[in-house]
Amino acid sequence: MQRSMAASVGMHRRSMKKASMAGFLAMLVLFAALLALPARAQSYDAAIDRFLSDSFPDTEAGIAALQAAGDPRGVAVLEALLDRRLFVVAASRTVLVRDRAGQTSDARTGQAVANAPDGAVMVRLNNRLRGLAQAALGAMTLLSPDPERRRLAAEAVFRSRDASALPAIDKALETENVPRVRAALREARAAILLADAQAPIAERIAAAAFIGEIGDQDGIGLLRQTLANAQGPLREAVEAAIKRAEFSQQLRRAGQTFWFGLSLGSVLLLAAIGLAITFGVMGVINMAHGEMVMIGAYVTFVVQDIIRTHAPHLFDWSLPIALPLAFVVTGLIGIAIERGIIRFLYGRPLETLLATFGVSLVLQQAVRTAFGPTNREVGAPSYMSGSFEFIGMQITYGRLWILVFTFAVFFLLLAVLKATALGLHMRAVTQNRRMAASMGIRTGFVDAMTFGLGSGIAGLAGVALSQIDNVSPNLGQSYIIDSFMVVVFGGVGNLWGTLVAAFTLGIANKVLEPFAGAVLGKILILILLILFIQKRPRGLFALKGRAVEQ
Amino acid sequence: MRVSRRTLLASAAGSAAILKFGATGSWAQGAPIKVGILHSLSGTMAISETTLKDVMLMLIEEQNKKGGVLGRRLEAVVTDPASNWPLFAEKARELITRDRVSATFGCWTSVSRKSVLPVFKELNNILFYPVQYEGEESERNVFYTGAAPNQQAIPAVDYLMSKDGGEVKRWVLAGTDYVYPRTTNRILEAYLRSKGVAASDIMINYTPFGHSDWQTIVASIKTFGAAGKKTAVVSTINGDANVPFYKELGNQGVKATDIPVVAFSVGEEELAGIDTKPLLGHLAAWNYFQSVKNPDNEAFIKTWQAFTRNPKRVTNDPMEAHYIGFNMWVKAVEKAKTVDVDAVIDALPGIKQANLTGGISEMLPNHHITKPVMIGEVREDGQFDVVWQTAGLVPGDAWSKHLEGSKDLIGDWVGRKCGNWNTVTNRCGA
Repeated sequence: MQRSMAASVGMHRRSMKKASMAGFLAMLVLFAALLALPARAQSYDAAIDRFLSDSFPDTEAGIAALQAAGDPRGVAVLEALLDRRLFVVAASRTVLVRDRAGQTSDARTGQAVANAPDGAVMVRLNNRLRGLAQAALGAMTLLSPDPERRRLAAEAVFRSRDASALPAIDKALETENVPRVRAALREARAAILLADAQAPIAERIAAAAFIGEIGDQDGIGLLRQTLANAQGPLREAVEAAIKRAEFSQQLRRAGQTFWFGLSLGSVLLLAAIGLAITFGVMGVINMAHGEMVMIGAYVTFVVQDIIRTHAPHLFDWSLPIALPLAFVVTGLIGIAIERGIIRFLYGRPLETLLATFGVSLVLQQAVRTAFGPTNREVGAPSYMSGSFEFIGMQITYGRLWILVFTFAVFFLLLAVLKATALGLHMRAVTQNRRMAASMGIRTGFVDAMTFGLGSGIAGLAGVALSQIDNVSPNLGQSYIIDSFMVVVFGGVGNLWGTLVAAFTLGIANKVLEPFAGAVLGKILILILLILFIQKRPRGLFALKGRAVEQ
Repeated sequence: MRVSRRTLLASAAGSAAILKFGATGSWAQGAPIKVGILHSLSGTMAISETTLKDVMLMLIEEQNKKGGVLGRRLEAVVTDPASNWPLFAEKARELITRDRVSATFGCWTSVSRKSVLPVFKELNNILFYPVQYEGEESERNVFYTGAAPNQQAIPAVDYLMSKDGGEVKRWVLAGTDYVYPRTTNRILEAYLRSKGVAASDIMINYTPFGHSDWQTIVASIKTFGAAGKKTAVVSTINGDANVPFYKELGNQGVKATDIPVVAFSVGEEELAGIDTKPLLGHLAAWNYFQSVKNPDNEAFIKTWQAFTRNPKRVTNDPMEAHYIGFNMWVKAVEKAKTVDVDAVIDALPGIKQANLTGGISEMLPNHHITKPVMIGEVREDGQFDVVWQTAGLVPGDAWSKHLEGSKDLIGDWVGRKCGNWNTVTNRCGA
């Protein structure tokens, strides 16, 4: 220690001149840095002042100034601005930031403020400013330690195509090792180069090829924009890239249409399964079927309402809790309808139709009186909201879960019919009532249970449909026609037929929709269905044998 | 003594009249003035129209507290046309001939208005219609207190074309398939073309009432928006179909900063029942927002919440239209000193009434009113932030200036006594 110190002192002495020179330089740098620090802080303060007036032009200038100042505190301010957590107090000329936990602090001093004072006004934004703020935030958070944030930053830069962010992107690319962030960064880099008319032509051509290879919709938009004022080899490259991207888009679109069809089919199937029991198996033209779906949705609303007020942490469980309740409630209502009305009308289909139509109106108005005519809010649990990308297709979680749920209900029902005593009795009663009665089956009880089962399944459908449709007294009406269509098309009395029919109609609808439009598409489907029924009056899978003769 | 059936009836009627008079003893002169309310309380439209019935009941109650009109009490006659268009005409006939109402406040959809129109003309009565509509109409017996297309659709498009609106170059006109969206989109298309927008930059899409599967349409909007030009959706999608539409937009990741949606039929009432997360930043164009800071508006909201005994009840644009229309009617009756229909119709044009957003609306000779136009942005509490507003009040055009065949027409019930005066041929009737 002693020695090394002495040595260093010796060395110091020996190169006194040189060292003093270096020291001077270092001092100079330090001084400059010390000068720059307050300068940066000053420009940060000046940027903050811009927000005080809460006018759109000033806020715009403030966003630009925050990005220019480059002060790390600016990130929190911009985030607060975007999340509507930034307030100004005109009287005391202070800008307040409320963090996500609800703690308010002064944007300039960082000091905590106990309560937002009176006269604190939220800084307003419009969509254009929101875009600018996101771009600025993107440029500032490219080197954030959180990979998700880096990815969002890269996407924001991709959208803004701000050439001044290029050095930051290059720097971020040097150290980036998370693959998806890296991909986003490279895409952002290509977007900047492509949009920048000053960039070297070779780099722009390479960027066009890169974006064409990714082939997503934002990329196509960017390429088309570039095409408008591109010449020579760049134009050719961009055209080739567009062609390439569009081809992969077309493939994706076909896949997407298929998925949309599956999803629509699952909704149709879900709405129709219950009817396949009450109408298909029992032969009751049940016009109140849609109202059972509607009541199921209202059960979900009531469950969520109770959970919201008493146990908010259970919110994600609201659907699993609502499912059995909806089944029981609608099942009991179904049994009451069967015992109270329908059993007196067996064998008189027209009277059944009118009576159940009356019941549907009564149920609708009863719900309207109890819950009011306006829509009720049913929230989506976390696992039901949002979407993910699957080989370039957008798959929404809600729709995926509904598809899964539909299959679960379908196979459960199939198992009940095929493997339980109740199912056996049901089939026996529907095939030959008198024979079943003489074998000692309580046909009245079985009728009630069958109708209850069909209604209960409609209630289950209501829980799922509350996630994608309005929960209003009219919910059921929009499904009743489609449900009858599916059951009749599939062949009355055949569950598998219902399954095939629902998915056929769903996919056909979605294939027709882009060409014919939603209105004409639906009409075309109905016409095709009428023609089909002319040819095969008993639907896709007609029951054969003695049951048909009844 | 033998009491004949007729005298018995007469005395019963007499005592009933005395009872009634006794109950309303403070009303010095004559029988109450009857006001008809023709809004659906059941069926599809109940979701929107029930509120308007309630607001009319409140306005009538408030007016009675102030001493009624011409010293006479107002009495509301409520009917339920049950969202059934032919029933609207039947109920209107009942209101006028059986209940002898002096004026009627009602209707929401254009088809219901068209259905009652012949009845009001035939029996000569007054209808106040409070909802934004497609225009192309000016009738002597109808007063339109909602927005005409030039008071909602055209300013909204102007805003989107401006710098603050994002300088939109490509347009999706999406609507429900009925007369209001079709006519509005026809006007908008003509207007956009006149502003130099190419036909290939306009996409028009119609969907049935209550459409719930928006996957394909949202995907095609995304594709349409990926042409490298700023794109916006102008939505005339009606009430119920909106929720699944916005949910799908949210699910497929279409953000308001990329493709904003400006809606003409989504207000506070519609947002009250839904999760607003997917809607944040999307826009609506109206002539009134509950969030507007104004003493009249705050008093109105307070009275409304007290009347409905619900501190969370929201107010919306058609409610304000009824507020303006009802007060204009009261002023016209007081000016004419009678509830006689012809006198009131003649008295109404020129009547001024403060609206709830700080301006003074005036009834114009074409039976439309002047209104401010505002663009609001959805916030998470289901209210709107006003991001843009016209400098002054915009007078409503009965006939669009942007459509062939209607641009030369004006409605003038004061000087020319004609709803479709042709300014080129100077004759009444196109």
